[in-house]
Amino acid sequence: MKIFHFGRKSLSHYYSTFAIIIAAIVFFVLSISIGLEKSTIFLLEKVIIAVILAVSLNLVVGFLGELSLGHAGFMCLGAYLGGKFATIVEPTLGKDSPLNLVLSILIGGAVAAIFGLVIGLPALRLKGDYLAIVTLGFGEIVKSVFQNTTRESFGGALGLETPRFNKDYLFIYCFGALIISLWVSINLINSKHGRAITSIRDNEIAARATGINVTKYKLLAFTVSSFFAGVAGVLYSFSNYNVQSSKFGYNYSIEILVMVVLGGIGSINGSIIAAALITFINTELAQILTGNLAVLQNLFYAIILIVIVIYGNSPALAGIREKYDPSKLFDKKRKDPSTIKKDDAKWNKIPTKIAMDELLSVDVSNSDDNENDTNNTKGGN
Amino acid sequence: MEQIVLETKNLGITFGGLKAVQDVNISIKKNQIYGLVGPNGAGKTTIFNLLTGVYQPTTGSFFLCGSELKGKSQETINHSGIARTFQNIRLFNNMSVIRNVMVGLSNQPEYKCGFFTSVLRLPKHFKVENAMRNKAKELLKIFDLYEERNNLSCNLPYGKQRKLEIARALATNPTVLLLDEPAAGMNPNETADLMDTIRFIRDKFDVTVLLIEHDMKFVSGLCDEVTVLNFGTVLAQGTTKDALNDPEVIKAYIGG
Repeated sequence: MKIFHFGRKSLSHYYSTFAIIIAAIVFFVLSISIGLEKSTIFLLEKVIIAVILAVSLNLVVGFLGELSLGHAGFMCLGAYLGGKFATIVEPTLGKDSPLNLVLSILIGGAVAAIFGLVIGLPALRLKGDYLAIVTLGFGEIVKSVFQNTTRESFGGALGLETPRFNKDYLFIYCFGALIISLWVSINLINSKHGRAITSIRDNEIAARATGINVTKYKLLAFTVSSFFAGVAGVLYSFSNYNVQSSKFGYNYSIEILVMVVLGGIGSINGSIIAAALITFINTELAQILTGNLAVLQNLFYAIILIVIVIYGNSPALAGIREKYDPSKLFDKKRKDPSTIKKDDAKWNKIPTKIAMDELLSVDVSNSDDNENDTNNTKGGN
Repeated sequence: MEQIVLETKNLGITFGGLKAVQDVNISIKKNQIYGLVGPNGAGKTTIFNLLTGVYQPTTGSFFLCGSELKGKSQETINHSGIARTFQNIRLFNNMSVIRNVMVGLSNQPEYKCGFFTSVLRLPKHFKVENAMRNKAKELLKIFDLYEERNNLSCNLPYGKQRKLEIARALATNPTVLLLDEPAAGMNPNETADLMDTIRFIRDKFDVTVLLIEHDMKFVSGLCDEVTVLNFGTVLAQGTTKDALNDPEVIKAYIGG
């Protein structure tokens, strides 16, 4: 059984994703063998959580084309319910039980997925800004509900204490969750289901007329996306030993959205890089600017974002971008629009019936394909 | 008697007080090319929208091969065998040409493949994907789009976009193909070629074609029968020659 589908010669299109994953694995192995400091492991966990969040949000924003501002809400659900579950079963399963970790992650994800399904339902009727408002409201409701729970149930304003898993050991599980979520997301997008989801983004009316079950695929995208948000939430709760619902506000949802937009809407690779970069920048800024300078954090963060956006879009910098375009290193064959034959509607070129048999007997299986939506599409928003 | 494929009975829809379409009775025989003509605002596209489930008829009903499709969703109607193109081209712009066609193929029973089969990359997924890709390539070859299969569909020139839309509609394996102004924006040579293509499609894919067109040369050269609409009602119906020479029709078009 093949794990990743390469198409035939389309291996090159997966290079950039693979490069990232292989780099991550090498780094992972190195970190285990060297024995990193606690703070570095904590930073890596934060990066992993951010990547899972950004990639899962990209499924809804980039591939389904709906704006969701409640991603932190799904994460919050996962964090609280996964964390609570782990606390309850810890006495039974013992400390550092792998079963406990896996079960809590799955339960946190599943609860978030159920709520994702429920939030997906209005998404069938609402579009654009209206759906954004609904998801925004949902995120705030979830946050407030957990803030107002009792000390015994979910900790209320003081937050929920979660079991303290061994740090190295937790890191391995975080890494596993990252690989699985990337694998599922990429596989989903490069399948007939992913094509159906993308077709809804591009033209919902045409998708319906082409026989796509729009209801089913919208709900599917929302459910998968919120499942992984829930998983990220559980990992967050274990990584911090403590969940504070105030963390999962509107600002955090926007931060995830910034990662998606910065990396490129509809680009999985971009989401991975942007999520890692933004998390790193934020953490570094928090370490450098302490004391009175802490107020400058947001300022520097904003300046860095503006610089990145200008670099990415400014026509004046097109030459530099072209020169250092990382995708060109791997993929020299990608076609640009200018290669399309300028001649158009030659209907007479359509073969007659006699020539047809000849044409169809041509072997179509040995040709190269350029079939990877994760790299070359942009979103519909 | 030949088999009747698509039949409407007293089909009508009102938007508020406006009777957009009233009492339209059309019966289309198998492998016919049937025209729907009429001045602007006559209700031609509304009939297409009724037949594809975009609107629900307020009166009457319609049948595909004898089974009633009134009240069904757009997806169900498409699965039953009615596919359409649009007056203003609606492609999946940010997807490659071959992917556009593969979306059309994805609903056929032979390409069935569950969510977990795809996500877990079980062997069936690869079998289905390869079968779909090969089928899509065949279709693209027929429409002379094979070379452009990896380009984004929004980068195609206008004529090729029209072809791709027809290819995508045919990918859903329809019994009846509805074409909404296929010759719009084409010069006389292209129109003549398009006529051959539509005949070819009918024979090759064994479909019945219902088309809307303003170009009377095109309609009279291609269609076996026509229905002429004006203000939502049927003005004339019958073989193309008779219907287009009807004094009422000439009056509606030219005035007087």
